[in-house]
Amino acid sequence: MSKFGDFGGAYIPETLVPAVEELQQEYARFSQESSFRSELESYLKDYAGRYTPIYHAKNLSKRIGGAQIHLKREDLCHGGAHKINNTLGQALLAKRMGKRRIIAETGAGQHGVATAMACAALGMKAEVYMGSKDVERQRLNVYRMKLLGADVIPVKAGSRTLKDAINDAIRDWITNVNDTYYLLGSAVGPHPYPTMVRDFQSVIGEEILEQMGVPDVAIACVGGGSNAIGTFHPLYNKSTKLIGVEAGGSGLDSGLHSATLSAGRPGILHGMLSYLLQDDTGQVLETHSISAGLDYPGVGPEHSYYKDSGRVTYSVATDSEVADAFTTLCKTEGIIPALESAHALAEAIKVAPTMKASEDIIVTLSGRGDKDMDIIRRYYEQN
Amino acid sequence: MSRIDDRFADLRQQNHRALIPYAMAGYPDYDSTLKIVRGMVKGGADIIELGFPFSDPLADGPTIQNAATTSLNIGMTLSKYYSMLDEIRDITDIPIICMTYSNVAYSVGYDRFIYDMQKHGIDGIILPDMSIDESKEYRDISAKYGMDTIFLASPNSTDARCSRIIEVSDGFLYLVAVYGTTGAQMGVQRYAIDALLRIKGMSRDLPVGVGFGIRTGEDIKLYVKNGADALIVGSAILNVVRDAPHDIETSVSRYVDTLKRETTEGA
Ligand SMILES: Cc1ncc(COP(=O)(O)O)c(C=O)c1O
Repeated sequence: MSKFGDFGGAYIPETLVPAVEELQQEYARFSQESSFRSELESYLKDYAGRYTPIYHAKNLSKRIGGAQIHLKREDLCHGGAHKINNTLGQALLAKRMGKRRIIAETGAGQHGVATAMACAALGMKAEVYMGSKDVERQRLNVYRMKLLGADVIPVKAGSRTLKDAINDAIRDWITNVNDTYYLLGSAVGPHPYPTMVRDFQSVIGEEILEQMGVPDVAIACVGGGSNAIGTFHPLYNKSTKLIGVEAGGSGLDSGLHSATLSAGRPGILHGMLSYLLQDDTGQVLETHSISAGLDYPGVGPEHSYYKDSGRVTYSVATDSEVADAFTTLCKTEGIIPALESAHALAEAIKVAPTMKASEDIIVTLSGRGDKDMDIIRRYYEQN
Repeated sequence: MSRIDDRFADLRQQNHRALIPYAMAGYPDYDSTLKIVRGMVKGGADIIELGFPFSDPLADGPTIQNAATTSLNIGMTLSKYYSMLDEIRDITDIPIICMTYSNVAYSVGYDRFIYDMQKHGIDGIILPDMSIDESKEYRDISAKYGMDTIFLASPNSTDARCSRIIEVSDGFLYLVAVYGTTGAQMGVQRYAIDALLRIKGMSRDLPVGVGFGIRTGEDIKLYVKNGADALIVGSAILNVVRDAPHDIETSVSRYVDTLKRETTEGA
């Protein structure tokens, strides 16, 4: 299935059609093959460190009052984020497809790091496109990628963030279509990426069900939407209330945000039809967020479908709410979350007091915050 | 018969191929675009491709990306594009093709977009990221307004895929001559010639245009020899514009004239 309602599809230059069709066929084939699945499972277990635990954040729950807040600890994955679930899956697929050259884009650098790791482990070479603004603000991850053997290619076009990194990765793919595998980092892009990335990330929601049963509420942050779709998809047919949290930046009225589902309308970017932050004639708008990983004007098409169907509620957290949630978790639980994940926490802090103490909220803590030290320090110097 | 069809019919009688130079509306500014178009007409262009900028042109290389950024920065909008077309239509009835990206058309609404384009004298539309698989509504509405939809094929398109592209294309089929973005500097590739011969063998009455990376008369000569019906020149024109800011009209007309000379077989 290439569509989620009207959303999704493959709006791509003709040169990419054979590559995308090959990917569809090969993914359909290998994802059913037991040797592929068991190889991926063993990498997820022995290399990435799965299962990830669920931690009952008692101190935080007590501080906030109301429902019990639990954290799905994707921050404990190798590399420090959920991204490795997807990169291992795709890198294994690329290898089986006989692709030698791997390209990727990255925003916060977490997907770039996870790509570099998976490629190193599987004996492949990665080239990672990264907006030059992100190279600046996530310098630690740039260095990590280089240490791991990846080449980082700064992108100076446009807003110099994730969107532009994806543009240049797609241009590279068009140019080197015959031997290159594009390892996309979120549940975005042309079919089959949104489905494939969702499948690889669904390990998050499947483990949640196994570990705690059906939670009352599940909350995850939404950039492109991979950790959120991985959390929500296995819970889709359960009674869980699902909440996705987008980057509210300086507030929706300020225009400085990345709240695609809350403030955008359907459009076509990066090969997919989905909600998009755009002006009246379809020019894509610049976005803003304290977290580089959410600084993206598009969103995965399955989220657009979930929004319109009403199954998932999408809210926003502003930079200042995020900074508060970030420090609150540091102080109450001794856990430094990624700024992206702190968006989900900020929502949990709003929702918990409206619920009963016997109810459970699961927050997908998509990553750890070491990469964000510079940003949060500068934020507090200025605010 | 559209204006584009008529132009190809005339050219065929004279044993000429169509030269289709490209300009980005609003690059380097509004008035200069008008001069560029006048230079193209004077130099002997057969059809003109007038780009409307998109913020994220993922099929374009640096030259057209920069032109799009410049155009958006000086405030190009669809309504300015339409008034530019009205001014162009006062001086010439040459066929004009709008090239932009799917989201511009989708965002405004296919119906509104195609209606307005048609009303202001656009004869055909190229959307490089509009895959034929997603194009049904866009094509149906284009047909309603008599707008030609020009689709692209690539050297790696299978025969089955090419037949489908041929089936849904009006005016001509646009063969992308390189694995790469616009402005690629790799010369004429063997695989492009092979693809041209293969598609010409399937296209029957539909003309086949070749574009991406064409810069010289020599490039054009090679494609013409192998059956190209039209040659599309984009980034190379923008580079002429960039390097000759003072007399844009003459520079463009001279450059177009030298290219045009190569579009007659055996010239
Ligand atoms: C820790 C973390 N969480 C979330 C995201 C956002 O991505 P997605 O919405 O695909 O989960 C990123 C992206 O870089 C990230 O690094």
